[in-house]
Amino acid sequence: MATIKLEIVTPEAITFSEDVEMVTLTGSEGEMGILPQHMPLMTQLQAGEVVARKNGQNLFLAVGDGFVQVTGERVAILTDMAIRAENIDEAKAEEARKRAEARLAEKISEEDAALVHASLAHATAQLKVKRRTHS
Amino acid sequence: MPSTRDIRRRIKSVKNTAQITKAMQMVAAAKMRKAQQAALVGRPYASLLNEVLAQAAGRYASFDHPLMEVREVRKRAVILVTTDRGLCGALNSNLFREAARFDKDNTVFITVGKKASQFIGRTRRSLAGEFYYKDNPQFAEARAVSKFAQSLFEKGEVDAVEILYANYVSTLVQQPRKLSFLPLGKIEAVSAGVGAVAETLAPRDDTNLFEFEPDETTVLGALLPHSLNFQVYQILLEARASEHSARMVAMKNATDNARQIIKDLTLEYNKLRQSNITKELLEITTAQMAMG
Repeated sequence: MATIKLEIVTPEAITFSEDVEMVTLTGSEGEMGILPQHMPLMTQLQAGEVVARKNGQNLFLAVGDGFVQVTGERVAILTDMAIRAENIDEAKAEEARKRAEARLAEKISEEDAALVHASLAHATAQLKVKRRTHS
Repeated sequence: MPSTRDIRRRIKSVKNTAQITKAMQMVAAAKMRKAQQAALVGRPYASLLNEVLAQAAGRYASFDHPLMEVREVRKRAVILVTTDRGLCGALNSNLFREAARFDKDNTVFITVGKKASQFIGRTRRSLAGEFYYKDNPQFAEARAVSKFAQSLFEKGEVDAVEILYANYVSTLVQQPRKLSFLPLGKIEAVSAGVGAVAETLAPRDDTNLFEFEPDETTVLGALLPHSLNFQVYQILLEARASEHSARMVAMKNATDNARQIIKDLTLEYNKLRQSNITKELLEITTAQMAMG
């Protein structure tokens, strides 16, 4: 079966670099699936989950905001956070989400709010991925 | 004239100091390696980001963005990146000397690191924002600084932003370096980290093949602030590497100096001890002669 190389890169590390059969991610225009030989595309990535299908099995990853570059043979994802489902600490993510929500309820400056929104998106993405793999 | 006991006491205390500086030197050396490593892992990200930037910029040469607006500079902001702690040689004072060159009246400072905010407070300069970064800088910390600077610029509160930080040249040499941050003159490649030469963006012939979603302007508009954030992140990493190597060298010098002092003191101690013995012998022989 044809494969496409999925690379997920964060400033801290290369989180994922494997040949997969299909990638599902959330772009600026909504969720999309990318198969090998996809036409070249550049889009923004929304915080959420990335699903990589490899050998008929789905691998789940939680990602933050970022950019996606698709060529026929490669999907490159640039993001500020990427965690594999099995590495997500649910309790920690839940706590982070609660903390972020609590801070949003307070009156905070615009810059702080943007930061809190980002960490809220991170935590929510992690929780979403984690809970999904459970069920 | 100090007694032998005084000298012995001094030798002991200098030895203790040497032990501490030696330990700090080892710690700094280990941290320096880690900091350099951290700067290296950012490299794949930088090259990928450059690639995406090149593709987007190639498609849209006459791109206009609020962050690229060139205005007459009436007020400028300086992002001053220093260490949190001292004992790292002349690293911070070199930076402060550069920082002091900016006109006090039309410059606001954004400080990163404790020493910077202390300096601004001490010299009564105006402070716009105060940030800190951890021993292993996080991208989120860099983003906070960068976003803050960008918002100052976009609101028109300042007309230019510069960054002042300790550039890592080698383990022995760190130089203060001033970089223009905003406005963005042209779309540039981000640096690939410590010791790397910034590559220029190669024009690509396949850019027209790319489909942009929703469109180039939106993607590029989001990419630009992001590449700035990443630039700040790289600078934080570099500042940390500079700090640890400066501290390592400073502590090595301190240890060497302490060893020299111990050597001198030991010599003095032995001389004194010898002369005491001679004196005593002399007294005994004189006493014997007087008796006899």
